[in-house]
Amino acid sequence: MAALLAELPALPLHTAGKYVAAAYITLFVVIVIYVAVMALRVGRIERQLGELSERARDADAAGEQPRVGA
Amino acid sequence: MDWKGLATPRVLAVATAVVMAAALTLVFFYAPLEAEQGFLQKIFYVHVPLAIVSLCGFIAGGILAIAHLRTGDSRWDVRSYVAIHMSLIFGLATLITGSIWAKGSWGHWWVWNEPTLVSFLIVFLLYATYQPLRFAIEDPERQARYASVFAITAGAFVPMNFIAVRLSSAYVHPRVLGATGNLPGPMELTFVISLAAIALLYATLYSLELHTKHARAQLRALRRRVDERTDVPERASARSAAPSLPLPPRTVGTITSMSGRPRAGREA
Repeated sequence: MAALLAELPALPLHTAGKYVAAAYITLFVVIVIYVAVMALRVGRIERQLGELSERARDADAAGEQPRVGA
Repeated sequence: MDWKGLATPRVLAVATAVVMAAALTLVFFYAPLEAEQGFLQKIFYVHVPLAIVSLCGFIAGGILAIAHLRTGDSRWDVRSYVAIHMSLIFGLATLITGSIWAKGSWGHWWVWNEPTLVSFLIVFLLYATYQPLRFAIEDPERQARYASVFAITAGAFVPMNFIAVRLSSAYVHPRVLGATGNLPGPMELTFVISLAAIALLYATLYSLELHTKHARAQLRALRRRVDERTDVPERASARSAAPSLPLPPRTVGTITSMSGRPRAGREA
C-alpha cells in the first residue's frame, strides 16, 4: 500500500485544496445523513414489526384456547 | 436476463461503490489540471453531475406523474414523489458545491447576475414547494392528483429553463455539454465516469427509498389484519406529505390466521 501511494502523483493541495475538500465532503455528508435517516426508518419498521408479531402470537394463542361453555 | 434483479438496492449499492471509487481515482490521479482554475476545477466532477442528475430526476418525476394521471395507480405517484424527493436532496448538494466553487473561483459564495446559478435556485425553490403542497391537501387521492399536475408542470419547466439559460447572452458560467465540447479526452472520460457514479448513487437511494415504502405498506397491511383479529377499531392515518403504497383490499369473510392457518366462522 505504501509503495502504491508513493507511486501516485502528489496532489497540489494549495489554496484551492480546502474548497475541493469541502465540496467532496459535502457529498459525503449528504450520503451519510441520508443513510442515517434510512437506518432510523428501518429501525422503526423493525420495532413495529416486532410489536405486531407479538400481538399476532397472542391472538393466535387466544384463538386456539377452547371456549368455556361453547 | 433478470433485469429486475439488477435494480435491487444491494446490486446498485455495490455498483455505485465501485464506480464511485473509480471516479474519485480518475478525478484526483488521472484527470489533468485545468489551465485556468487549476486544482479548484476538480469540483466540476462532483458539482456538474449532481446538477445534471438532479434536473433529470425532476423531469423523471414529471414523466412518472403522467403515468399516474393516465392509470390512476397510486404506485406511480409514489415513484414520482420519491424521484422528486431524491432530486431535492441532490439539488441541495448541487447548490452547496456550486457555492463552494463560486467562493474559490470568484471570491463570493453567491453571484446573483449569473443565470445558471439563479435559474437552478429557481428550479430548486419551485420544487421546495412540492412537499408543502402535498401536506396542505388532506384527501390522499386529491393530494396525489394535484401533486402529479404540479410534477408535470414543473417537470416541463426544467428543460425550458435550461434552454433559456443557454440562449441567454451572458456566458460567464463554465459550459460543460454541447456548447463547447472542448473537454480534453482524459477530462471527458473522468466526467463521464463521475456522472455515471452520481447517477448510480441516485438510482441506489431511489431504490432504497422505494423498498422502505414497500416495507411500510406491508407493515400497515399486517397491522390492519392483526387489528381485525383483535377487534381493534381501524385507526385514522395521520396527515402526511409522503404518499403511501396501496394496501390490499380488506379481508371479508374468512380471516387467515397470522400463522397461516385459516380461521373460519368469523364475521368481517
